[in-house]
Amino acid sequence: MAAAAPPLKDELDIVIPTIRNLDFLEMWRPFFQPYHLIIVQDGDPSKTIKVPDGFDYELYNRDDINKILGPRSSCISFKDSACRCFGYMVSKKKYIFTIDDDCFVANDPSGKQINALEQHIKNLLCPSTPLFFNTLYDPFREGADFVRGYPFSLREGVPTAVSHGLWLNIPDYDAPTQLVKPRERNSRYVDAVLTIPKGTLFPMCGMNLAFDRDLIGPAMYFGLMGDGQPIGRYDDMWAGWCIKVICDHLGLGVKTGLPYIWHSKASNPFVNLKKEYKGIFWQEEIIPFFQSATLSKDSTTVQKCYLELSKQVEEKLGKVDPYFVKLADAMETWIQAWDELNPTKAN
Amino acid sequence: METIFSRFHLIIVQDPDLKGELKIPEGFNLNLYTKSDIDKVVGSSSNAISFSGYSCRYFGYLMSRKKYIISIDDDCIPAKNSNGEPIDAISQHIINLTTPATPFFFNTLYDPFCEGADFVRGYPFSLRSGVECGLSCGLWLNLADYDAPTESLKPDLKNSRYVDAVLTVPARTMLPVSGINISFNNELVGPALLPAFRLAKEGKVRWETVEDIWTGMCVKVVCDHLRLGVESGLPYVWRQERGNAVESLKKEWEGVKLMEDVVPFFQSVRLSESAVTAEDCVVEIASSVKEHLGPLNPTFAHSAETMVEWIKLWKRVRAN
Repeated sequence: MAAAAPPLKDELDIVIPTIRNLDFLEMWRPFFQPYHLIIVQDGDPSKTIKVPDGFDYELYNRDDINKILGPRSSCISFKDSACRCFGYMVSKKKYIFTIDDDCFVANDPSGKQINALEQHIKNLLCPSTPLFFNTLYDPFREGADFVRGYPFSLREGVPTAVSHGLWLNIPDYDAPTQLVKPRERNSRYVDAVLTIPKGTLFPMCGMNLAFDRDLIGPAMYFGLMGDGQPIGRYDDMWAGWCIKVICDHLGLGVKTGLPYIWHSKASNPFVNLKKEYKGIFWQEEIIPFFQSATLSKDSTTVQKCYLELSKQVEEKLGKVDPYFVKLADAMETWIQAWDELNPTKAN
Repeated sequence: METIFSRFHLIIVQDPDLKGELKIPEGFNLNLYTKSDIDKVVGSSSNAISFSGYSCRYFGYLMSRKKYIISIDDDCIPAKNSNGEPIDAISQHIINLTTPATPFFFNTLYDPFCEGADFVRGYPFSLRSGVECGLSCGLWLNLADYDAPTESLKPDLKNSRYVDAVLTVPARTMLPVSGINISFNNELVGPALLPAFRLAKEGKVRWETVEDIWTGMCVKVVCDHLRLGVESGLPYVWRQERGNAVESLKKEWEGVKLMEDVVPFFQSVRLSESAVTAEDCVVEIASSVKEHLGPLNPTFAHSAETMVEWIKLWKRVRAN
């Protein structure tokens, strides 16, 4: 029997931020090789990052980012994996899968290797159900369905914008939790994909994430982190809160659960604590802000939603710290850069 | 179920429509209630409230003086987990009810209080103590709780997927609560587990009813308002075959049609600040049902009345 062509082979880019090396790609080769890679090289642009042979890729270092975006490159973080969102911006594909360079192929409970990319694609290509909770999780998965009591009018679902995968081995804990539980490993394989309900926020981790660029791309800005910024390790969180508010507003779905990858490296919790420290306090203001954020009926595109949100960020979070005024500004710059690199296609 | 149930007190309520004597295995510590007990306690309320069919269990809830109640349909037996070990559903329900719930922010590693898990990066610290759990909804292996159309279309669809998670259903998110395998904190939410939504042609198999779906949404609204949690997931029970879904399809799809109005109603109902107990909440929900759903269908108007009668009955029984 001939093997099926890799799904979405010409419609999906894999975006990988790296500052070290891409050795991890060897393990992913059987699953990733058919796809185009966008490597975003963080840190010293004079360093050469070797890409393993046989991969089709484009690589951007800081010099490239500065050249392509000009003054707008100020919105792209430096010395932080947040720089990956540059890859989202330059991609010409409909779908993005992004993965960290310390994430490897995991095995399911039967010992079989998990093709994380394939699962993300399945998640993105079938509808989400944010309007009513299905107790058997994703009703579109094989072997499941909508349970008794689930209204038929809601069974069509909505388009899926984001697929958020999870991690076995080193879990995505914050610094305080890492310090208290340095040995905790996630060994629980939860065989579910579920839609995060409308009106509910979640902590989005960028380690193992896929999304539909056409549906939500412009909102996937990973903020100002790293060098010269007062905060780090909140890039994906920030994007996650923004995209959830916008997805809820536009009637799009966000899924979480499978696939799992194997997260191999625990970053230094003391370094992490320094980066996250302000975020831990700011979070307490940021979350209520997003929980109560509403967008106007006139915000009918992702860009309009995002710009409206950026104004609210400046107005309401600017009081918490001047950083948020800078961030709101960067959000605007990001949209300008996005629109310039991605002019609207004629229908 | 003997080894699992025999440590606990059982309340058995015989469906008033079920004639004859029940044969009960020995060795259990139990109370048995039959139609005559129901009539004696309920008295004049018996016109409004029906304890027939699946609703007979609500009489048991009414009679119980315990803090926690677990209720499992009689066509369910212990399931096995993915390691082949028998699941003690009672213990898992107790764990769910006695561990905090986290309805205000979604934790991507599901229950942060279970062993081997925690809150993930980005979870606000002020929300990490959680709230009390009011209701725990378990699941079913083999015959899942599908409605008649789904069951008829896919008669071979068996649930064999063991999802090793308990999660809190977020605040303001509604869900279809199946009465097949649930547990609750009787002190906190007891009055909201009520027999109020009876279809005109309600039958004796689950897919001919939606009474638990209605009740579940009442409980969820109450929990959301009182800042309590509702959890879903483990434990699984093994549900056995019974009935013919296609036969059920021949009856009107009344329940299915009514859900279209029920769900939007519960999603939007809001209670006043003065509703501080489950009883208060139920009375307010009943009033809202009467006003907004009553005009749409007499079933809803009747439900509103029944809910009010139920609270009166609940208070009367508790006072004695």
